[in-house]
Amino acid sequence: MSGTVTTPAGRMTALARAELTLLGRSRGTLVAALFVPLVLPFSVWSATKDMDLEKSGLTVGTVVLPAAIGFSLLFAVYGALVGVFTARREELVLKRLRTGELRDTEILAGSALPSLATGLVQSLLLAVGCTVLLDLPAPRAAHLAVLALLLGLVLCACLAAVTSAFTRTTESSQVTTLPVMFVSMLGSGMAVPLEVLPDRVASVCELLPLTPVITLVRGGWTGELSAYEALGPVMTALAWTALGVFAVQRWFRWEPRR
Amino acid sequence: MNINEHEHVIEVTDLRRVYGGGFEAVRGISFSVERGEVFALLGTNGAGKTSTVELLEGLARPAGGRVRVLGHDPCAERDVVRPRTGVMLQEGGFPSELTVAETARMWAGCVSGARPEGQSLSANPRRPPAGRALRRPVRVIARRRSALVAEPRGRFGNAASVRAGRRSAGGGLRTGSEVLELVGLAGKAGVRVKQLSGGERRRLDLALALLGDPEVLFLDEPTTGLDAEGRRDTWELVRGLRDTGTTVLLTTHYLEEAEGLADRLAILHEGRIAAAGTPAEVTAAQPARISFELPEGYFLGDLPPLADMGVSGHEVDGRVVRLRTRQLQRAATGLLVWAEGAGVELRRLDVRSASLEEAFLGIAREASGAAEKTAKEYAA
Repeated sequence: MSGTVTTPAGRMTALARAELTLLGRSRGTLVAALFVPLVLPFSVWSATKDMDLEKSGLTVGTVVLPAAIGFSLLFAVYGALVGVFTARREELVLKRLRTGELRDTEILAGSALPSLATGLVQSLLLAVGCTVLLDLPAPRAAHLAVLALLLGLVLCACLAAVTSAFTRTTESSQVTTLPVMFVSMLGSGMAVPLEVLPDRVASVCELLPLTPVITLVRGGWTGELSAYEALGPVMTALAWTALGVFAVQRWFRWEPRR
Repeated sequence: MNINEHEHVIEVTDLRRVYGGGFEAVRGISFSVERGEVFALLGTNGAGKTSTVELLEGLARPAGGRVRVLGHDPCAERDVVRPRTGVMLQEGGFPSELTVAETARMWAGCVSGARPEGQSLSANPRRPPAGRALRRPVRVIARRRSALVAEPRGRFGNAASVRAGRRSAGGGLRTGSEVLELVGLAGKAGVRVKQLSGGERRRLDLALALLGDPEVLFLDEPTTGLDAEGRRDTWELVRGLRDTGTTVLLTTHYLEEAEGLADRLAILHEGRIAAAGTPAEVTAAQPARISFELPEGYFLGDLPPLADMGVSGHEVDGRVVRLRTRQLQRAATGLLVWAEGAGVELRRLDVRSASLEEAFLGIAREASGAAEKTAKEYAA
């Protein structure tokens, strides 16, 4: 190998490797990304275990696991990446990277890879953990859960880039991430399953960005989602992703406002 | 297509840049840079230097006009251009928590022509060493020979090593440690970027711009924040690169830097080119100056007719008289002969040839509302 001409994959790997090192050195991000998604499911569990889930056809496991994966996406991916994108912009790293051979998409994707990997591994561990601790049976439609996880990862990276466009400093990212975090936790079926909400409220909540992910993960385990029923959430998630991509192209800032 | 057909490595035609708020930072400038040339954009802060360089780097699209780097549009044809250019931004650009070595490794992974650490040398098919030698214009060799004789032994690696290294098979400047060595940062490899001094960060930035041995280098204020020694080391490095055929476009607000380093330069002012050419040409366009204090009891009218002495303009500030002339010897002789004859001493006498500094200050002065006055003097 002569190493004379770079490829997109090679460039993104080099960038991702540096970002992984940086992730390991950012204590605040590590705590939020690694521990919060492991701790929050306990509060969902303690709230759910006394709930009457029989008539909605749910179990404690099928409520806690989708919520746990949602927390992982929100904290390990979304929250972490808003910080990453904003910090790199503030340090003029994004501008520096843009002077080279990396394309804009490669810069965003390469920087996002370590956080995406964290979210992926964490979600898999949470699935194993819930299976063992909450007597969760094996997923009946695993492909839906996998699809949900992939959609969720891409969507959260997109949302993070959009949020970062409206975030001036890393400190302010703690505030700018709150709307998506709160709305998702309350309305996307994480804290409270949509099945137990009034129909009218539930149909609005179905349109929120993370709801399709939660619905599909749950459907993956219960197996009660027909292909037709799964189509709605998939389309919603794709629509949000498309909207996110458009917003990034339109509003993402590569240099700090001065 | 043979790249040697493009003798103009950088071509800029009627370039304009307008920012979001409507501010026109670059207002129709044109210039070209030949292969192996060091070209300086000189100007005060806000003159439009960085705005121009960013258009050349392909970071932004011009609002009007045309940019060609190596014969291509740096935005639309970035895949062709980027692997052959190196960029040093005006500031920063590195994650503060990475070490110097990690930063270099990351950047090396993103640069064509760079090699991962520890890999054996292999000829670069894109740029054979023979091509390097051919591209080197003969006229370059003669230039600045004298300046190159005295090699500095500064903190930078010997600048000669640039030339020696690049003449070896496969060339140098391929790995992170090679470029760090070159700028004297090898000893800082394990240090986090946030712990580097301002000057060290500039050198790191310069080092990474050199990775992959680019044909064209864009250096935005490469020596700002460096001490005298670091500045001189950078100059030697740039000269060494130029001598191996690298084309360098740099911005600076240091006059001596432009005068000593650039083959040609353009002085930018308020988004326009106010003067351009070789340092000698730009300087020659400026008048020489004589200033002195009028002796007690004498007035300007007591001097011989100014026009007869070849004086093209004058200013009186209290008792101090400033004369401009393109015939310095004639004017000085006329003045001194008069003083000798009148038996007076011209105190604070200062006679100086035109310099780039005069050109630069002249342009700045025109900006500060003195334009009218100057024009009148020249008409006189």
